[in-house]
Amino acid sequence: MAIPKVCGIETEYGIHVVGGDPNPITASSVLINAYVHEMVRQRTGWDFEDESPGNDARGAPGPDALPPQVETHLVNAVLTNGARYYVDHAHPEFSTPECADALECVRYDRAGEEVLVRSMEAAASTVADGRTFVVYKNNSDGKGNSYGTHENYLVDRAVPFARVAAAVTPHFVTRQVFAGSGKVGAETATLDGRPVDFQLSQRAEFFEEPVGLETTLKRPIVNTRDEPHADSRRYRRLHVIVGDANLCEVATFLKVGTTSLVLAMLEDDALPQRVLDLADPVRAMHEVSLDRSLARPLALADGTTATALAVQWELFGAARKYADERGLACMGDDAVGEEVLRRWEGVLHALETDPMSLARQLDWVAKLQLLEAYRDRHGCGWDDPRLAAMDLQYHDLRPARSLFARLDTERLVTVDEVARAITEPPRRTRAWFRGQCLTRWPDAVVTANWDSLVFDLGTDPLRRVPMMDPLRGTAEHVDELLQASTSPADLLDRLSS
Amino acid sequence: MAERELKKKTASERTEQPVEDVPAASAKGEKLKAELDDLLDEIDEVLEDNAEEFVRNYVQKGGE
Repeated sequence: MAIPKVCGIETEYGIHVVGGDPNPITASSVLINAYVHEMVRQRTGWDFEDESPGNDARGAPGPDALPPQVETHLVNAVLTNGARYYVDHAHPEFSTPECADALECVRYDRAGEEVLVRSMEAAASTVADGRTFVVYKNNSDGKGNSYGTHENYLVDRAVPFARVAAAVTPHFVTRQVFAGSGKVGAETATLDGRPVDFQLSQRAEFFEEPVGLETTLKRPIVNTRDEPHADSRRYRRLHVIVGDANLCEVATFLKVGTTSLVLAMLEDDALPQRVLDLADPVRAMHEVSLDRSLARPLALADGTTATALAVQWELFGAARKYADERGLACMGDDAVGEEVLRRWEGVLHALETDPMSLARQLDWVAKLQLLEAYRDRHGCGWDDPRLAAMDLQYHDLRPARSLFARLDTERLVTVDEVARAITEPPRRTRAWFRGQCLTRWPDAVVTANWDSLVFDLGTDPLRRVPMMDPLRGTAEHVDELLQASTSPADLLDRLSS
Repeated sequence: MAERELKKKTASERTEQPVEDVPAASAKGEKLKAELDDLLDEIDEVLEDNAEEFVRNYVQKGGE
């Protein structure tokens, strides 16, 4: 039986400084520090962090503080919702907590956006030198520099990695038809050397290898990083680097939901009968992104061809059959699993018959519709810089500037649900225990990591609580314990008794 | 059966969208088209002042 598809999304946001020091590492640190100081009662360091009181002040220098310095020590915080918020390379990165289903993942991905919005506001009130920080939820700067949006899925260790890679590759190559965020132009040499007006994906053209360990050079479609952050005898964490950052909630929901289903089918040996191995996955990845007609045949390893939509129909058909025969317990919630299937089918039909009818559901369609309408009105060509500016501003997270925010796209989660997800952890994974401990005893938790919490009780040596199973430490498991515990020391006594 | 239901759904979804090459768009479609027009009216004010410079200045370091 497939194991529950615990999932999460890590997003590296683009950051741009207007006026003043353009250093993105400093800017990211200021942004995160400003949020942490204003919004979170207690900042908790990540495990590898060497805490020092001086670090806290760097983002918010008071009258007697030293001028801000280029960061040599990156900011890293764990939030009460169980998320991690930190500086990764030269970007602010938000990792959602572990989520139990695809809809919950949408909720926490949206909460991440709100955290970044609040960070921009907090930074504006702490920075006195006129700098403005602008955050973009996109994946490239249009000049060949790409940054990632990574998904993570809990996978059964018993499945050999070669089988995982073979199963997910056709899905990763073809899911762009609904998961792509769209992009004006191209940043790398295209297959046929011709200029590109618009393509489905922000990220597709940066992939150069079918399988590999890298994430920044020679990016692979399937990333082999084996760092489960859990019991490695039972689990893998499939680290997916191939996706775009989505703003449309339906696109995020489908991206995570369909991928969870493909992995569940793999574990239960229920993948499509037809072998969907691509002859050249990297080439196909680029072909799909460049094909707005969605009709281009992709070469399969067996000598036949299939369009991206045909591959998706095969996967959908197998998933529908799988759900009917085996149920959807692996999806965390039966209703969510059914909703993934319903929307998957509906989107594939619409892509086949009238793709532009999906402008309220899919980012690439929403963006393309806006760009085409603008081109119509102004009679401008695809090389007009205003179109590139619109592309960028689609992803601008400032409410007053965001073009996405002005579109009436379909919402799957309410504003209230998102607001709660900013501070409250998911109830059905170990994120609950992490987040609740941070909420209740922020002074006692000295470090937090995906798979452990370390408490300082003020007397004993530091006490580490391992959390090696993402499915334990849920509200159902630990709420009684947490309610009964009068102090962190009491909690640890109860845990060890 | 499932297929028929689905096609119906797709058709009704389509009427909700401002599809420009469908002349017989429904009233709702017209409304959404009008909303898109309103948005286009706003865009030039919302767009960063000098599009070319704005796009040129947006430079990121690679991540991941």
